[in-house]
Amino acid sequence: MTVTEAPAEGTREIGNARRRKEDQRLITGRTKWTDNIQLPGMLHLAMVRSPFAHAKITGIDTSAAKTAPNVVAVLTGKDVAEEQGVLANAWPITADQVAPVHPPIAVDRATFAGEVVAVVIARSAAEARDAAELVDVDYEELPAALDLKEAAEDKVLAHPDLGTNKSALWVFNSADAGTGGNVEEAIDEARQNGVLIEREYRQQRLIPAFMEPRSVVVDPTGEQLTMWSATQIPHILRYLLAATTGVPESKIRVIAPDVGGGFGGKLQSTPEEWITWLAARRTGKPVKYTETRSESLMAGHHGRDQWQRLTLAATKDGTVTGLKVDLLADLGSYVSLVGGGVPVLGAFMFNAIYKFPAYHFQVQTVLTNKTWTDAYRGAGRPEATFAIERLMDELADELGVDPLEIREKNWIKHEEFPFTTVAGLEYDSGNYEAATAKARELFGYDELRAEQKRRRESGDPVQLGIGVSTFTEMCGLAPSRVLGQLSYGAGGWEHASVRMLPTGKVEVVTGTSPHGQGHETAWSQIVADRLGVAFEDVEVLHGDTQISHKGLDSYGSRSLVVGGEALVRAADKVVEKAKPIAAHLLEASVDDIEFKDGTFGVRGTDKGVAIGELAAAAFTGHNLPDGVEPTLDSDATYDPVNFSYPHGTHLCAVEIDTETGGVKMRKYVAVDDVGVVVNPLIVEGQVHGGLVQGIAQALWEEAVHDEFGTLVSASFVDYLVPTAADTISFDLDHTSTPSTTNSLGTKGVGEAGTIASTPAVVNAVVDALRPWGVHDVRMPCTPERIWKAIQGGGKEPTEGEAMPHFDESAVADRSKGAVE
Amino acid sequence: MTRINVTVDGVSYSDDVEPRTLLVHYLRERLGKTGTVVGCDTSNCGACTVHLDGQSVKSCNVLAVQADGRAVTTIEGLAQDGQLHAVQQAFHECHALQCGFCTPGMIMQAVDLLNENPNPSEEEIRLGLEGNLCRCTGYHNIVRAVQTAAGGAQ
Repeated sequence: MTVTEAPAEGTREIGNARRRKEDQRLITGRTKWTDNIQLPGMLHLAMVRSPFAHAKITGIDTSAAKTAPNVVAVLTGKDVAEEQGVLANAWPITADQVAPVHPPIAVDRATFAGEVVAVVIARSAAEARDAAELVDVDYEELPAALDLKEAAEDKVLAHPDLGTNKSALWVFNSADAGTGGNVEEAIDEARQNGVLIEREYRQQRLIPAFMEPRSVVVDPTGEQLTMWSATQIPHILRYLLAATTGVPESKIRVIAPDVGGGFGGKLQSTPEEWITWLAARRTGKPVKYTETRSESLMAGHHGRDQWQRLTLAATKDGTVTGLKVDLLADLGSYVSLVGGGVPVLGAFMFNAIYKFPAYHFQVQTVLTNKTWTDAYRGAGRPEATFAIERLMDELADELGVDPLEIREKNWIKHEEFPFTTVAGLEYDSGNYEAATAKARELFGYDELRAEQKRRRESGDPVQLGIGVSTFTEMCGLAPSRVLGQLSYGAGGWEHASVRMLPTGKVEVVTGTSPHGQGHETAWSQIVADRLGVAFEDVEVLHGDTQISHKGLDSYGSRSLVVGGEALVRAADKVVEKAKPIAAHLLEASVDDIEFKDGTFGVRGTDKGVAIGELAAAAFTGHNLPDGVEPTLDSDATYDPVNFSYPHGTHLCAVEIDTETGGVKMRKYVAVDDVGVVVNPLIVEGQVHGGLVQGIAQALWEEAVHDEFGTLVSASFVDYLVPTAADTISFDLDHTSTPSTTNSLGTKGVGEAGTIASTPAVVNAVVDALRPWGVHDVRMPCTPERIWKAIQGGGKEPTEGEAMPHFDESAVADRSKGAVE
Repeated sequence: MTRINVTVDGVSYSDDVEPRTLLVHYLRERLGKTGTVVGCDTSNCGACTVHLDGQSVKSCNVLAVQADGRAVTTIEGLAQDGQLHAVQQAFHECHALQCGFCTPGMIMQAVDLLNENPNPSEEEIRLGLEGNLCRCTGYHNIVRAVQTAAGGAQ
């Protein structure tokens, strides 16, 4: 890719594959990770964590630890019960949601294996860790609620004082909402005269596994208490610290320096942050805590973990008529920051790109004695997309038609946009036909189908499977009014400032908080075009609440579509502020001033003044029109009017060795429509990384607990984050239908790859195994599970699908037959 | 405490270290070489990869005392006279990094791989980087970068 071609006038930068500004420091090791910070007199923490999933803390003997070398203090939950604050749930999804109080250090009961029960403060990290070994905790083990389905039946209580594990039941019914018909009628009709697809799918528990372990430093020695944290959400963190620890917000500064990935896993306010905050305030010294990888996997929040009971109704010709979704979602032992809201984010997406006339969704969130769950890349939407894309394949199989054909029959046609869905969303733009046609060609769909046929007919031990995923998603979180309707605790706007420096350079301050996404580069491109300044002359500042005083941070593929629009509006205000000054200097009427490519000209003349000159004029203030403020600096806070709806068609081919169950990915094509692309290099990178995370859910990753509730996949030996040797090179392309809800026409891309790829891969695996009568393989589709599915002639792993969906007695033990 | 003499990025150091000190902790905490990072505790992720006498090692898996009398090169010492190493340049050109946390180790491993095999196939690159985890890029552009650096070296 070259960067030399001059793009169209006014768009010199947008669409340009600019190499990233961020790279220089990252490729030379001149980085500022939180763990790099060393402050004078700094103390270090080590956590003492419960080895039991559920246990009463009957006593803690800290005497030996307290006398260990260079230990400053040892604190238990009891010691700090009154001052440690609580960890908040910002999204109570129902008014009657049951949620336990979440203390940073457990006070009298540990509720998952890995929960902090005491903390050691020492002069070095090694000494703190040594002393943590000396803390003697007496536990009285309690029965633990571990299995999600059993927990939903309240057989064992995760929090006995709450009386139930059921946290909240959230329901959407298109018949009640006025957005569609009655799904029960559709199901009855299909049962008698049409096709009913009933399935139960498992969304296994995953771990975000960002590469930089979480780290936090608190310096209490200044007028403001300063927290550096490896977080996605410095602004929200500041607000929550103020709200729950009694320190005025104006006395808190939060900094997210270089942050090594997040994927939702750093969209959290963590016990470790609160404990470090507490330790620094207690000791009056700077304090640092950096987790080990094992701690990160065990106690950083997990993702997914749902059972999905699904019923799709269709006519015999394959037209979908209704969709019913019934979820159980495992919250873990606390309702985390977004917590139960994650499955609700999926509620609007099960209908996907298809024209369902009737829809019913419900989710029961359930407390268990496991690590809390929260956002992980896609957050609710991968679950929804997986379910519907698997179901569409099942419907195609049932009817004996091609899976692309059944999709085309039911999807929204390009001329039908804007389209209001059965879930009540208005999709602004899209062209599913175009993306699919392109993907089909790039993939060589027909040729691969022919090869599949040949292999089937010849009884080749290596079978070919072809998987389809024609996904959309809702991102760009989010219109504040909608969040209010959903009882979310904050808004969804974003803030940006543009400062015109007197030397002609431009400082951009954004409320988004990048941790690998390349905002410094992309935001520079946007401002360079908007103000006609050089890409190199734009500096993007973020992630420090003292500099970026206002923002709602980065998650939910929101940064460009919300934060980028705030930036566009701030830049446009700069232009408006500059016009009267330009008119004054050019001795013209403001109405005659035109702005183009960085120059303010007078219509019909060749007179002009550059924006940099106006910045200097404003700075000196020597010659400004009367009453005009001596600055061009502007800011904007933008509240989106709608979500963003990227879409695409992903096609995956896998080869399965039917003798061993081994899976080899042969080809993966992704044609995404993310509207207007600001930087194709960054967009491709987001898709590549997203794909691998989604593929990893399909094939490799699972957080596994033993029967005692211990996480047995608590290291990178056991939790299978894929390597370069596990993955392949991808074939990407794009179609573009600009979004109509933001000035640049952009759509979110951060989560798209993850959302799309999981069902594409599992559909491919199942497609390869269909001759054996297999209809499902539970994720991750390990060689063992695939081999068993083949041996079982499809019976074992698909047990759920054959069952009457609404017969509760039959549902009770369905998990037992599934292949583990 | 044990006295060690070690050259890191061309500078000689002489320090007393606890025998249990890992090389990565010595580099980060004593020498301030924070370009090298710690990503795990089981030597799986490779984020801490450096060169010891010109060969890649995971510095979480080497004791500081084992580096006595030897030369360590970290990501901070890879560029020479302000000129990026070809692999660093290729990572930038090919967008082979996003958050950048795995990057120091990934680059050091890639340099070692190319030292051993200047013209690797895609398969050889993928196998050669198997000990280094990246969560952002899906490896696609990392492989491209190593291919680009290999091509540029010819």
